[in-house]
Amino acid sequence: MEPLRIHQGLVVPLNRPNIDTDQIIPKQFLKRIERSGFGQFLFYNWRFDDQGNPRPDFPLNAPQYKGASILVAGENFGCGSSREHAPWAVQDFGFKVIIAPSYADIFKNNCVKNGILAIQANEEQVQIIMKKAETEGYTVTVNLEEQVVYDHDGFEFHFEIAPYPKEMLLNGWDEIGVTLTYEEKIKQYELSSIR
Amino acid sequence: MQTPKTIIEKIWEQHVVHREEGKPDLLYIDLHLVHEVTSPQAFDGLRLNGRKVRRPDLTFATMDHNIPTRQRQVIHDPISKKQIDTLVQNCREFGITLADLHHPDNGIVHVIGPELGLTQPGKTIVCGDSHTSTHGAFGALAFGIGTSEVEHVLATQTLWQAKPKTLNVKVNGRLGTGVTAKDLILAIIAKFGVKFGTGYVVEYTGEAIRAMSMEERMTVCNMSIEGGARAGLISPDETTFNYLRGRRYVPQGAAFEEAVARWKALATDEGAIYDEVIEINADEVAPQVTWGTNPGMCIPVTANVPSPDDTDKPNEKEEIQRALEYMGLKAGQPISSVKIDHVFIGSCTNSRLSDLRKAAEVIRGRKVSPSVTAIVVPGSFSVKLAAEQEGLDQVFKEAGFEWREAGCSMCLGMNDDIIPSGERCASTSNRNFEGRQGKGARTHLVSPEMAAAAAITGRFVDVRTFTAQEVR
Repeated sequence: MEPLRIHQGLVVPLNRPNIDTDQIIPKQFLKRIERSGFGQFLFYNWRFDDQGNPRPDFPLNAPQYKGASILVAGENFGCGSSREHAPWAVQDFGFKVIIAPSYADIFKNNCVKNGILAIQANEEQVQIIMKKAETEGYTVTVNLEEQVVYDHDGFEFHFEIAPYPKEMLLNGWDEIGVTLTYEEKIKQYELSSIR
Repeated sequence: MQTPKTIIEKIWEQHVVHREEGKPDLLYIDLHLVHEVTSPQAFDGLRLNGRKVRRPDLTFATMDHNIPTRQRQVIHDPISKKQIDTLVQNCREFGITLADLHHPDNGIVHVIGPELGLTQPGKTIVCGDSHTSTHGAFGALAFGIGTSEVEHVLATQTLWQAKPKTLNVKVNGRLGTGVTAKDLILAIIAKFGVKFGTGYVVEYTGEAIRAMSMEERMTVCNMSIEGGARAGLISPDETTFNYLRGRRYVPQGAAFEEAVARWKALATDEGAIYDEVIEINADEVAPQVTWGTNPGMCIPVTANVPSPDDTDKPNEKEEIQRALEYMGLKAGQPISSVKIDHVFIGSCTNSRLSDLRKAAEVIRGRKVSPSVTAIVVPGSFSVKLAAEQEGLDQVFKEAGFEWREAGCSMCLGMNDDIIPSGERCASTSNRNFEGRQGKGARTHLVSPEMAAAAAITGRFVDVRTFTAQEVR
């Protein structure tokens, strides 16, 4: 996993609440046994019409948002199915950071495991960024170490993140490798518990 | 005297392997259920790093999402076939018990876990599937995980988990005749929204919950995730123990009675404090129908479809408008006026024997409307067999239903069971998201009884008055 410390990127707004993982990556693309290559299917049913042509009115298809790496969305982002294919698709498409008022628990966990920073901002901050992102070429900088988001215009806010996911993201750790150093404790637990 | 505790805290404390400041707890996992869709990349990760499955004996695999329901042995889609074959190979390589396509234990992962007695009170249970919350019905702490976490559990039998907040959903009074566990959980989500449970583990309590069978409790806990809660559970009682006694993987004889004594002690103590409590009156719940594109967009069958004008918030207006457009509905139209094209009885929410019995009761002696295609997909091989022994398959077939093989099927359409674009389905499943049952498909979530009645009339009808009518 790649470490994430400071990231500056183009912002694309997706002003809808309750975006579920079935929208992020529809079920027909869950059959692959690889971990890569899901970006082409991101928001498939919203991005493409029945003939497979891009829908021009969908933000991710607009030329001004080409190359965006920061996604701003409405509350409860990533609800529904636990499919990790959703963050894989988000990441493979080129996103490193998501900003939303809230996330579904499983999705948020899955993001951390894949080096995606899911920032929880308040509704007002999210709406400000949504609005600003309508203008061409709007970028923000995210500093995970300092837990701040800012733009060139003086707009800035602090965000909260628990110490553990922060550390994971900053270092890009292999979590299993870390856990295996607790082998003795796991063994002890197994010996002491009745089962 | 010790501080009274909730069952959630008790199970949690019993499973902490390691705790330190600034970190989540390292939690031991007692049972890991595996299926074909969310596991291949996890096994790949193990191979890549030269790691083993730490406790194959605590791991159990099945295949359910991709399974064809007409002829289950014949998988036309080569990518589905590959996913199935990959699970077979992975289980062989890592020494994991697998209920494959041909195995009598095969079925939807959340149906067979309880059936086999793998699911037990006090266990921590995970699976790469959000409906793992189902197993909470037994007083287990059960939650869905992503594929990275699947790999983590395979390698270490543990997970780093921040201690969740506790939420008590208190269900006062009793459900009325014709009102089901499905209606209750839909009404809870409609009342409190699709994210009331985010960050919490829910415990359902109250008279209506105590009165429920295990299968009804599973329906309630199954849909906890649709309210945002990763896990929802119910303290175990005699109903739980009676269900489990004699099942294959539970302790037998005297050991079972010892287990019962331990399980009894898990129940939430009198006076235990939750972080949050919410309440609903069961006797006010009517049969429910979802009208929109998430499970919270749900109304009683007697009500009208909402309008964007019902709210002042611009975001909500837009959400309602979008949902109405996708669903092809008009604001204010009675939900009972909505004609349907398909009926699906199945899924990990409502595909157990009692679900099929209740649906069969509604249709017995009646015929499916000529404009409706209706299918029944039992939750497991053993549910199918039991239903056939009772002759339920005949009841369904005589009414004009198709009687299929077990699997996840039309709940998410990863197999061939897909609703064509623009068509409408009364479904006993758990998600009415856009495109869930097929691109452009329109899903209405209902109970098995409501789905059965809708199949007969070709539109939504209040099952409470429908069943009172004589069969012509």
